[in-house]
Amino acid sequence: MAVSLNVNGKPVNVTAEPDTPLLWVLREELALTGTKFGCGVAACGACSVHVNGEITRSCSIAVADVAGKSVTTIEGLKSADGTLHKVQQAWIDAQVPQCGYCQSGQIMAAVALIQKTGSPSDAQIDEAMTNICRCGTYPRIRKAIVSATGRAAAAVKGDA
Amino acid sequence: MADNPNPNLDAETPATPPKKKGVKRRAFLIGSALLAGGGAFGLYWGDSSARSRAKALTETGKDHNFLSWMKIGEDDRVTVYSPHIDFGQGSHTGLAQMLADELDADWSKVRVEQAPADSAFANTPLGRGFLAEVSGAPGVINALPTAIISMITRSMPLQITGGSSALRFTGQVGMRTVGAAVRLALIEEAAARLGVPANELTTADSKVSHAKSGKSLRYGELAAGAAGRSLESSPKLKDRKDYKLIGKPIARADIPAKVDGSAVYGIDFKLPNMRVATISAAPVRGGKLLSVDEKPAMAVSGVEKVVRLDDAVIVVAKGYWQALKGLQALAPKFSDGGHSGVSTASIYAAQDALRKAGKPDNEGGEGDVDAAFGAAGAKLIEADYRVPFLHHAMMEPFALTAQFKGGKLEFWGGLQDPLSARVRAAKAADIDVDDVVFHPMIMGGGFGRRFPDVTEIIDQVAILAKQVPYPVKLIWSREEEVQHGTYRPQSSAHLKAALDKNGKIAAWRTDYVQSGDAEAETSFIYAIPATSRRHFNYQSNQIDGPWRSVNSTQIGFYNESFMDELALASGQDAYQFRRKHLPEGSRYQKVLDEVAKRSGWGSELPKGVGRGIAIVESFGTIVAEVVEATTKDDGSPKLLKAWAVVDCGTTVNPLNAEAQISGGMIMGLSSAIGEAINIDKGAVVESNLADYQILKLADAPPMIDVHFIESGAKMGGIGEPGVPPASAALANALFAATGKRIRTLPMLTQAKA
Repeated sequence: MAVSLNVNGKPVNVTAEPDTPLLWVLREELALTGTKFGCGVAACGACSVHVNGEITRSCSIAVADVAGKSVTTIEGLKSADGTLHKVQQAWIDAQVPQCGYCQSGQIMAAVALIQKTGSPSDAQIDEAMTNICRCGTYPRIRKAIVSATGRAAAAVKGDA
Repeated sequence: MADNPNPNLDAETPATPPKKKGVKRRAFLIGSALLAGGGAFGLYWGDSSARSRAKALTETGKDHNFLSWMKIGEDDRVTVYSPHIDFGQGSHTGLAQMLADELDADWSKVRVEQAPADSAFANTPLGRGFLAEVSGAPGVINALPTAIISMITRSMPLQITGGSSALRFTGQVGMRTVGAAVRLALIEEAAARLGVPANELTTADSKVSHAKSGKSLRYGELAAGAAGRSLESSPKLKDRKDYKLIGKPIARADIPAKVDGSAVYGIDFKLPNMRVATISAAPVRGGKLLSVDEKPAMAVSGVEKVVRLDDAVIVVAKGYWQALKGLQALAPKFSDGGHSGVSTASIYAAQDALRKAGKPDNEGGEGDVDAAFGAAGAKLIEADYRVPFLHHAMMEPFALTAQFKGGKLEFWGGLQDPLSARVRAAKAADIDVDDVVFHPMIMGGGFGRRFPDVTEIIDQVAILAKQVPYPVKLIWSREEEVQHGTYRPQSSAHLKAALDKNGKIAAWRTDYVQSGDAEAETSFIYAIPATSRRHFNYQSNQIDGPWRSVNSTQIGFYNESFMDELALASGQDAYQFRRKHLPEGSRYQKVLDEVAKRSGWGSELPKGVGRGIAIVESFGTIVAEVVEATTKDDGSPKLLKAWAVVDCGTTVNPLNAEAQISGGMIMGLSSAIGEAINIDKGAVVESNLADYQILKLADAPPMIDVHFIESGAKMGGIGEPGVPPASAALANALFAATGKRIRTLPMLTQAKA
């Protein structure tokens, strides 16, 4: 009863039962542990991935529901030659992570936001970035999103 | 208290006058055995007899890596071993900066590794000798698990990460001394090799150079010989002006792996043939497992075993989802331990009654408060404050992997003190601690939740591993994690003060009820003739634990809210009122003045917007914060801007220090606005991050201005002190904005017009 999907550009067949959340398929069957388990109820966003380009909380979607779809995880953001995605680089430049556990999800959310809006406004950042960071890295997350889109730093409220 | 411009190795002395027992600390250095390909240096602590024991210990070849703090490879690479776990506070980089600065090492060749969790230390007389000396109270050593909340035992020898201790203790006392002593040994070795006087040699960029002859030797070339030399026990440390790495905004080495998903946390660990388990413990703390029919779980595909513990049931399966489904299929019956009458309201009521009974368990302060309250003309002000249980909500739920084989237990995961984790696991598995190996891993947050003395998952996984023939990873669901926390205690306080005719505070009394006396840990910074802090001990059925900044959060909220109430009652500005109760010219005043200046204190604000100020000293660091806030339509707070001014003596890494203060302030604001663990019928009401409300990006202040005053005073902590002033600063801002004084946290919509 295999489910076929595409993960980070590669077709995969997984054997997990169809009701298994995508999160656990990624982590336990495909060994893609960069996607994190945080709450299991789509409240925190640590498990965020892209499904056909849409930001999706993988703890709350069954693998059967992503059959035939394309999934991108944090491991799939780098380009083929290993160059970091500009958002990942912005995260390093702004020294965003503390414990780092939520940051895969934060980065996936930020990438989806930038893909959708190009250069998000502060209001769009507020609306889209609903992932929880217990270390409180929010000001640097805001700063990194803005710098990744090339918005002038002076225009940024959250330049902390 | 005078600032101390020189780094020194004395124990921490708070900047406040309270009478605290002096603590002596001495360090001895011994060169240790050679490692293949380079030199290893060890730093040992203790008196001279402990020193000889340490020497004997290492020279037998047993565990001689454990006490090594660094090694130099023949390729010049310097490896620094950190006894602390870095869960995002950046202490690994900071510690390496401190050691490498004294060593004059080339930073590009320095890396940090986690020191292994080895038993040689905690269980040897050496460790005990050191602790006895440091604490001045041998009894502390025997009471170690509970002593975690005491300041003394928070330093490095136990591998504890907490109390903001890494840089100020381990770094100042350990890393810098080791770096300086090894540098001297390298110079001695170079002098012998080059046949020149040591005082003609200089060091920089991992080289010893002789200017006159133009010769130089790399540290890697000198390491083997230098490691055989005895090390200076108290080498002179650099003056601030000579720092090359301390104080520099160096990027953290752990960050790249945290942006590409490659960092491996405890929950990510995997062994061949491993199974995954999850658990449900008695919902009421103190309850026991009465019965469970395991058949419904066993019928779930992938489920392999149901394990009963005294107070919990565990389901083991091929994967987490199957284990969770199996667990959810069960209907275990638990007792309530006789706590079914416990609720949030009943706890407050019991606390009120205890306070009114008037028999404190502990008392601190000075002067005759009662006389001052009764003095003619005294204006008396009183207020009651309440704060709820707070949950750590570290982003990585608990997960430990364990394997029991041949009478030995091996386990992996993230805990704040690897050594006591082994001790606890050994006890649970009923084996000798030498038969337990623990592999500390990166932690997805901790904030006080991962101290082994309050971490039952160690027992659970140790017992579980003994019952299965394969390695097993036990993962707590978030529900399990939220409902079985070791919370910051629910606490309440009655504060009373007398104002004299000049608008100065003549007397101050804080009567607070909670588990745990906060006197030794929290600072009362104001100069008031008569003060009294009375602790009434109350313990509910919940397990109280250290929550980032420990007691300084609620005590800070009480004191700094009340200061505003007193300022108002005497018709004075909140900033100026505080200022005049702080010692003239003190560090406190400077911190307060700076935050007032930076925040534009006193300047006009739009209607409905208020500004609040608060200052708290904790973990040896003084932090003043200003919050500018208004209210949303529903009355909940809307944060507009925030400022923090910090005097921690010396900032080792400003980039990282800023992150810690800013993150701490956000955690404090988050807790004040929406966080609460409520109790009903003895059990926790909240069940996940959907109903335990943590601040999100949109509600965090878009701007936090963090400024450090480099006073050069004794180094204070940085991980925790950003938290305590935040809740009071916000409550004070909301009062300024709305006229509503919030005395019970969380604030939620209390400020609604």
